[in-house]
Amino acid sequence: MSKVEQQGRREFLKGTAATAAISIAPGVMLHSLTADAAPRTEAVTDKVRWGMLIDANKCADGCTDCVSACDKENGLDLVNMPEGADESLWERQRPRWIRQVSLKDNLSGKITHLPMMCQHCEKPPCVDVCPTGASFRRADGIVMVDRHICIGCRYCMMACPYKARSFIHAEVAEKLTHTPRGKGCVESCNLCVHRLDNGQTTTACQDACQHQAIVFGDLNDPESAVSQALKKYPSVQIRADLKLNTGVRYSNI
Amino acid sequence: MKKIHFSEWGIDSPRYWGMLAVLGAIIAVAGLAVFYMEHNGHWVTGMTNQVVWGMPHVFAIFLIVAASGALNVASIGTAFGKKVYKPLGRLSGLLAITLLAGGLAVLVLDLGQPGRLLIAMTHYNFKSIFAWNIYLYTGFFAIVALYIWFMMDWRMNKYYKPVGVFAFVWRLMLTTGTGSIFGFIVARQGYDAAIMAPMFVIMSFAYGLAVYLLVLMFAFKADGREIGDVLLKRLKNLLGIFVAAVFYFTVVYHLTNLYGTENHEYEAFILRDGGIYTLLFWGGWVLIGCLIPMGIIYHPALGATRGGIIAASTLVVLGGFATIYVIVIGGQAFPMAMFPGKTIVASGFFDGVNGQPMLYSPSLPEILLGLGGVALVLMLTFIGIRVLRFLPTSLADEVADPHHAKS
Repeated sequence: MSKVEQQGRREFLKGTAATAAISIAPGVMLHSLTADAAPRTEAVTDKVRWGMLIDANKCADGCTDCVSACDKENGLDLVNMPEGADESLWERQRPRWIRQVSLKDNLSGKITHLPMMCQHCEKPPCVDVCPTGASFRRADGIVMVDRHICIGCRYCMMACPYKARSFIHAEVAEKLTHTPRGKGCVESCNLCVHRLDNGQTTTACQDACQHQAIVFGDLNDPESAVSQALKKYPSVQIRADLKLNTGVRYSNI
Repeated sequence: MKKIHFSEWGIDSPRYWGMLAVLGAIIAVAGLAVFYMEHNGHWVTGMTNQVVWGMPHVFAIFLIVAASGALNVASIGTAFGKKVYKPLGRLSGLLAITLLAGGLAVLVLDLGQPGRLLIAMTHYNFKSIFAWNIYLYTGFFAIVALYIWFMMDWRMNKYYKPVGVFAFVWRLMLTTGTGSIFGFIVARQGYDAAIMAPMFVIMSFAYGLAVYLLVLMFAFKADGREIGDVLLKRLKNLLGIFVAAVFYFTVVYHLTNLYGTENHEYEAFILRDGGIYTLLFWGGWVLIGCLIPMGIIYHPALGATRGGIIAASTLVVLGGFATIYVIVIGGQAFPMAMFPGKTIVASGFFDGVNGQPMLYSPSLPEILLGLGGVALVLMLTFIGIRVLRFLPTSLADEVADPHHAKS
């Protein structure tokens, strides 16, 4: 009897160990695989506020490096013109997250070049008007669209003072896993949120700018490059009259 | 004033079914247009990332605005106790419901993701005027349905007045909400004005009454019912006052804008240089929508004829569409003032280079969707008056005019 009992205990211990190994192992594996992306397991906090300073003096005429980099990084270059579409109409329908704008001062005639994108307002009008809450602002200052609950009403596009948003007018065959996109939803610059959430600290447009016109970083950290630059150089918000406290600032415009 | 009797619409069956078939065909074509647009995506429409709301919104907003206005006829009878309007109340309530249904159908079918309507019903951002409108619209259906029930059921007669007053207050909130969709938009020069809300309310009075008059006169003529001159004169005079009020608000809105230098460019665009928008403003909004109807209504000879009243109402409706087009599309076509004191000389995203307006030309499917909404309104209305007793058997002066015996 006792022998049988001992065998039973041994069998039991073996079984338990095996079960434990099977159930714990994936956790250990998962843990080790995601160790670099640890922040994703925690909610985003407002300790950080992402933002940028753009120096219009450094932004060069005819250069569209930031635009191309953004298109590539966020899969916008994968959005093809549908067959049979009118090319000039499609140009006005295709999505753009960042664009190059040239301005002429009405008094002096001085020409300025600058990139325009979502300004990541602290009080974004697009978030105010969105009926479902799809348009939202993260605690770290990034304004973006939850594509699962965007109904495609485009009220945010009516409300954005910067014309920063794009509606997806056609089926998208190919997309990047970190930037899913679907016909009938609205989207805009999200400061390369997939990079930031994976521990990176730069945006694609900043990396691509050969002229160092874009300084990106944490506005809440007084030691960050962007905070230092903002302290050093005079800067403005576009449509400062609306008091939206934008995360994107400009100097020399 | 005799007792008012109501009866179902008694036109011949072939004619009734014929009308429904025609309307049904228009709705079916609109359905195909929706399928085409939703299947392909919005690239097959004239809408772009610059002009994001197009022709469907013009139709939808017109119908929604007219819906709340159509209820006014009932409100005058109930909330303001004018006896002569009481027999008109049932049709007024019905039209309010059908116009709103038509308008909302168009609005919803133009969404990028119409299949996610359930999400709009379950996820709310209460700072959004759109989210409030979801409640205002669904509430309107419920309250007006209740109102019609209490009008029709003598047992509920004691609750009829409070519900009528409540419906009146609710419709004021609803149109304020619709106007505020534009009034609350700080980004665009043509909007961002508190006057938008009351202007939409007064527009709803005019458009709703014009639609009401046309439907009433058609329905009565079609099955040989009589409308007396007294009642028609009252309704057309009321339309005259509403149209004059729309004109007044138009003048105040533009005068206010003209006073502030920051709005001069926008005003120059709408009033002088805007091409189609300038044409639609002066020709559609002002002339066809306001001045000519007022001229007809207050003309001693023309205003007294039925043809004159039909013409005036039709012009108010057409002018109304032009008005909404100028507000919705014109407001988006004007470039946003992002850089005051500077001119945009180049842009990779159509920012109104050198002050050029945004381009928009409506596509056929968009227009078909809008017309489908109008057809839906008429179909629901005709079915309603055919199966239930919405129409008084007679509105002849000896029946409808409380002062008839004395005069």
